[in-house]
This record gives sequence, C-alpha cells and structure tokens, in this order.
Amino acid sequence: MGLAKRIIPCLDVDKGRVVKGVKFESIRDAGDPVEVAKRYNDEGADEITFLDITASHEGRDTTLHTVERMASQVFIPLTVGGGVRTLQDIRNLLNAGADKVSINSAAVHNPEFVREAADRFGSQCIVVAIDAKKVSAESESNRWEIFTHGGRKPTGIDAIAWARQMTEYGAGEILLTSMDKDGTKDGFDIAVTRAISDAVTVPVIASGGVGTLQHMVNGVLQGGADAVLAASIFHFAEYTIREAKEYMVAAGIEMRL
Amino acid sequence: MTEIVAVLDYGMGNLHSAAKALEKVADGQKIVVTSDPQVVATADRVVFPGVGAIRDCMRELSGRGFDQAVREAASRGTPLLGICVGMQALMSHSEENGGVECLGVFPGNVVHFGERHSEFGDRLKVPHMGWNQVRQSQPHPMWAGIPDFSRFYFVHSYHVSGVPENQQAGTCEYGLEFPAAVCRGNVFAVQFHPEKSDPHGLTLLENFLRWAP
Repeated sequence: MGLAKRIIPCLDVDKGRVVKGVKFESIRDAGDPVEVAKRYNDEGADEITFLDITASHEGRDTTLHTVERMASQVFIPLTVGGGVRTLQDIRNLLNAGADKVSINSAAVHNPEFVREAADRFGSQCIVVAIDAKKVSAESESNRWEIFTHGGRKPTGIDAIAWARQMTEYGAGEILLTSMDKDGTKDGFDIAVTRAISDAVTVPVIASGGVGTLQHMVNGVLQGGADAVLAASIFHFAEYTIREAKEYMVAAGIEMRL
Repeated sequence: MTEIVAVLDYGMGNLHSAAKALEKVADGQKIVVTSDPQVVATADRVVFPGVGAIRDCMRELSGRGFDQAVREAASRGTPLLGICVGMQALMSHSEENGGVECLGVFPGNVVHFGERHSEFGDRLKVPHMGWNQVRQSQPHPMWAGIPDFSRFYFVHSYHVSGVPENQQAGTCEYGLEFPAAVCRGNVFAVQFHPEKSDPHGLTLLENFLRWAP
C-alpha cells in the first residue's frame, strides 16, 4: 500500500527512429518511437522517457511531430529530453504533449535557466539530467563529477553538490546517469545513486547499466532510487516490463501491476 | 445535438493531454480546448485541468474571466471535472506562493506536504510523484468500473485539506491521508492526472462524459 516505484523505459530517438548506443557508440535500430512507446504503455510501463539525440534543426521538428503523435496514443507520463536550451524549447515540447522536460547541458552552462524554467512552468515538469563519472582514485573516498557531451567533457562540478543546487533551483526530479556504467549492463553505480538520493528531497531516477532484473531491484533497495530507467533490455525484448515488475514485487518492492 | 465538452485553456502549458485523452474515450461528444469564457458558459461539460503554480494559475484564470465562468458552471449544474491544480483552485485558499485566494467551490485549503516520513522511517520525497492507490471513500458514478485501491498518477507538492468528509470521494496515503478526489453535486475533482493514468484514469474520463448528476 502506497506510492509505487517506477519503471521507465527510455527511447533514444535519432531522426524519428529509436536507437540505442552502447557507451554512446555503435547504433542499432529498434523501431518507430510511437509504436515502441505504445507497446510499453500496454505492457504497464509507468512512464516513458524520450531522449532526442538528433543534432540538426530539421531533426527537432521531427521530434516535436513524434512527441505529438506519441501523446495522442500514449496515456502515461512522457518526459522529453535532449537539446532543451530555451524556455521556448520547453514551451514547444509541452505544447506538443510532453509532461516533463529533461534539461542537461543547458543547466551546466547556465544554472539560472533551471530556475527560470521551474518558475515559468512549475517544478513538476522540470527534470534535471545529471551525467556523473567517478573521478576519485580507489584509495580515496568516493567523488563524482558532472560530465557533458555524452560523458567526454569534464566540468569540475561535484555531482552531489550539483544535485542539491539543481533542486534548490526548482528541479522536480533528478535523472542520474552513471557515465561509468552506461551501456555496460553491469548494473547501476549504486554508491552515486545512494549518495544523490540521500542528498536531495526530490525523486531520483537511476539510469545507466541495467543488464538484469536484479540490477533494477538493487537500484531501488540499495541505491534508494524512486524510479529506474532502462533501454536495451526492453527494446530487444530480453524482458517485458511485466516480468521486471513481477521480479521487483517478489523482492518486496511496491509496484503498479 | 452534439454535446460540447469545454477544456479550459488559460495559458498554463500542457492542457492538451487532457483533451487528447478525452478524445480517445469520447462517444460522439465534441472536445473543445478553449480560452473563451463564453464557450464555457454554453458547454455541456467543463474540464478544468491545471499545472504549475497556483498564483499564476489564479492570475491567468481571472485575467481571462474564467474564474466567474467556473463558479457559474459549478452553480448552474454543468458537470465539472477539476484536475490537479484545477482541483486545488476550487478550494477556498492555498498556502502556496505565500497564500492565494482560490475559487471557493469547496471549503478546503491547499497545504504543503512538509517533511514527512514513511512507516519505515525514510523521509518522503516531495513532489509526491508517481502511481499511488486511491481508496474510494464513497460510492460515486465517477468510480464505475474502477476497482477500489486502483493506482493513478500523481505529481504535486501541495495537497488539499479540510474538505468535509461527505465531500471526499477518495483518499490517498503519502505520509498522511489526504483527499485525492472531492465531489459536490455536479462537481468532481481529482488530485491525480486521469489523462496520464491508463487504464483506470481513462475509465474515469469516460465516466465523466456519461455522468448525469
């Protein structure tokens, strides 16, 4: 009885197709985003996250159109991220049917943008995406830093302090991706998930590294995540959402079945 | 004659989700997203969705003459459905944004969750975000076909308080029990997002389109 933990399949979309990069490289085609999202909706996904990895302007228009199509067929919350830089970008996405937008590098370049966005549209629709990478040596105590450009560019910003700052500025949720784990299928970075979940008062979505259902359980029970995000294990039908939820329920986690 | 269902658009962002979900379950009714209080005055049903902060919401509502239109729809007997901030705006007062007078259709207040803990002692995250169970505290045509304790999608940092028990249609538990649905005559309002709560939320919207209070 109570609030359920969430499973969020993530669609990486390039020029209107779902793709999934392994460590942001080799791309495999996984289908039409609207079809994929609909399937997840029907299987019982708790939300859908749509990451637009298209670089060009034409691509952005395709994205708005895809979000519109998705929103008329998918009746669970939809978060859209990737290239969100201005209040107008946010307005366009919300008008197209997104429920939340995820802000990543624009927040790093201009933290005030998060404050303005939360003031204008409400914290409930502002997700701040944090790409964290461990920078401490084995002998030191754990320290993670924010990276941009798909994990290539260090910023010198401490991940935990950043998560706190972003929630003070009005982020309603944190999407935390471990750059060390993303694409590895080795499981979440539990230590950073726990550290950030304990540091902020808003929900935290754990991302990066899911390869088994036990990894999702660990993200919640050990990492303290409120939601877990995964892509490839669902896209390539290794597991259904239903199987993942049943596994989590068996581990004692409150889920929506 | 085709029934007109007016979905209030007062410039607060994603109100189209509600319209799209209503279109999905409509059975001949025409769903009209409108920023014109005149359309609300003549509509057969009114949906009052809401997102964002209450101060902006009330300012936009009264700036467009919607405050009067909503009160009139409520007293005229037009079936009215409030959603999320739309529900909160129907109360007397909200403590959000330093205190804001609301529409006063229900005698309740809107208060912050504050710092609360689960039964296991963990601090509960705010906003209350995700799928939670709703206990149906009284039978109501809007609950038709929806099992008791079904889950709906919530996202809010403030909750309604002080609504008399006989006007509570459902409650939810998150550190405390709070009204998740309120009802009075032709008005029904929910804190959760039925338009984002497939499948039971869509059933609720379908019930609203059939409701004859």
